[in-house]
Amino acid sequence: MATTIKAMTPQELTKKIIAQEELFILDVRNESEFMNWKIEGVKINLLNIPYFDLLDGVDDALDKIPDGKNILVVCAKEGSSIFIAEQLAEAGKSNIHYLEGGMKAWSDYMEPVKIGDLKDGGELYQFVRIGKGCLSYMVLSGGEAVMIDTLRMIDVFEQFASDKGAKIKHTLDTHLHADHISGGRLLAEKTGATYWLPPRDATEVIFDFEPLEEGKEIKVGHSNIRIQPIYSPGHTIGSTSLIIDEQYLLSGDILFVESIGRPDLAGKAEDWVADLRSTLYKTYKGLSDDLMVLPAHFGKISELGRDGKVAARLGDLYKNNPGLNMQSNDDFRSAVTENLPPQPNAYQEIRQTNMGRMTPNEEEQREMEWGPNRCAVHDK
Amino acid sequence: MTSMIQTNQTLNCEGLACPMPVVKTKKTIAEMNAGEVLEVRATDKGSVADLQSWAGRTGHQYIGLKEEGGIFRHFLRKSLEIETKLETTHPRVISNEDLNRKLTAGENSILLDVREPAEYSFKRIPGAISIPMGELEQKLDSLSKDEEYFVVCRSGNRSDFACQLLSERGYSKVTNVIPGMSAWEGPTEHDE
Repeated sequence: MATTIKAMTPQELTKKIIAQEELFILDVRNESEFMNWKIEGVKINLLNIPYFDLLDGVDDALDKIPDGKNILVVCAKEGSSIFIAEQLAEAGKSNIHYLEGGMKAWSDYMEPVKIGDLKDGGELYQFVRIGKGCLSYMVLSGGEAVMIDTLRMIDVFEQFASDKGAKIKHTLDTHLHADHISGGRLLAEKTGATYWLPPRDATEVIFDFEPLEEGKEIKVGHSNIRIQPIYSPGHTIGSTSLIIDEQYLLSGDILFVESIGRPDLAGKAEDWVADLRSTLYKTYKGLSDDLMVLPAHFGKISELGRDGKVAARLGDLYKNNPGLNMQSNDDFRSAVTENLPPQPNAYQEIRQTNMGRMTPNEEEQREMEWGPNRCAVHDK
Repeated sequence: MTSMIQTNQTLNCEGLACPMPVVKTKKTIAEMNAGEVLEVRATDKGSVADLQSWAGRTGHQYIGLKEEGGIFRHFLRKSLEIETKLETTHPRVISNEDLNRKLTAGENSILLDVREPAEYSFKRIPGAISIPMGELEQKLDSLSKDEEYFVVCRSGNRSDFACQLLSERGYSKVTNVIPGMSAWEGPTEHDE
């Protein structure tokens, strides 16, 4: 009888989720952490039994765990999942895995997904931080790279650019993020790139940056791939979208595949409702329906496509996204200001960190980012 | 600064990651006597939610938490058998609300808190005198039989025993507070 357990890496788990493979997850964290944040997938079955309920033996759990399927035991950091996984294997269960590094590693993992080719051999990549629902982008062309909405794990981007033989020239943030710590400034410092931030989101920052404003164009490589900023306030007062190569609309936290941005994370929900409405129902409406919308977040697993991309045609979103189909101003106002989901973990401290006013260490940063992003109005 | 909280035993889980803090706590509590208080010292932040949740599920009391210099000091009390059976036998009882009204009105009576010192130090009714249940018998000499007493604990069980003991020893004006600190909504104080 095989009593060995195997590690499953966050990368392997990501590939299973994208491929919509069947997987049974036994999450052994305590109930409140499980309710707050869990691994989701179209064909994932989840069962939560805290490890401390199984200290006297796993007998109670055995008949709830199916035979003949891949089983993944998950905890916060991995210790408790190994502890339980070993007991399950000893009790005769097979195909038992544990998540390497636990939810902590799951939160940090990013899967690079190619979105498409740009003219003259350029490429656009989306980095899917699947555990937290965050998205970064890299534009590559002629040996140069531009990063947009850079996440904290900057080593991954440096390595990726280097593997592609590209030098990172610019890092851009579409807005001052409240759910995750931006790696944009640090990556720019490390690589000698220029860091861009919308000036209206930067009134309290304590570092130098290049103002990301409408009318300024950023060019990548020799082939003149254009990045055009479009002022699109509403999630924050400075929120700026980017049109890349006349094909892609990087919408930041303004427009998502199945939802729209929330206006309350900087404490200005009422003030910014009109801006959000105007951006979504006028500014974006005036853009080409054929633009491919690439947001900075996703909240539901259904927003992740079969190819691993989080993307949708702007014209399709005007048909299907509930946030773009509220005819009355009053309905819109109440939808984006009332009954909003809980705010992201430590969002005030995260904003302070992104302004350079707090400098937590890496472990503290990881803790601040714990949990789902919750940047959309429909992320209940 | 280390607060003085009276405990029966200390368990060092510093440097241990989960599941070990809960595994060791469970083992240690199993060997302790009912009513005794255990301090668990851990550095793993996950121990906070896990120990609280574990205590809630097993019926042991999670008294409180102190965080000092990166160390989480958990205080837990092993539950008594009697706390699971809810038979009140002392006839004179008062609700939390009525007691609060009497205290607010400045009524002149003595409030005895018979919980463990650690529980008392985390949360108590202002003016309450701490005499843990286990020490009550020895301290009777300090309590006058002429006074009126209200006796409080967490859930009304230990205080019920205390009331019965006092009645047997000739205290006639003794009232049990129901349910006690677990649902107390009036003013409280605690050690700094």
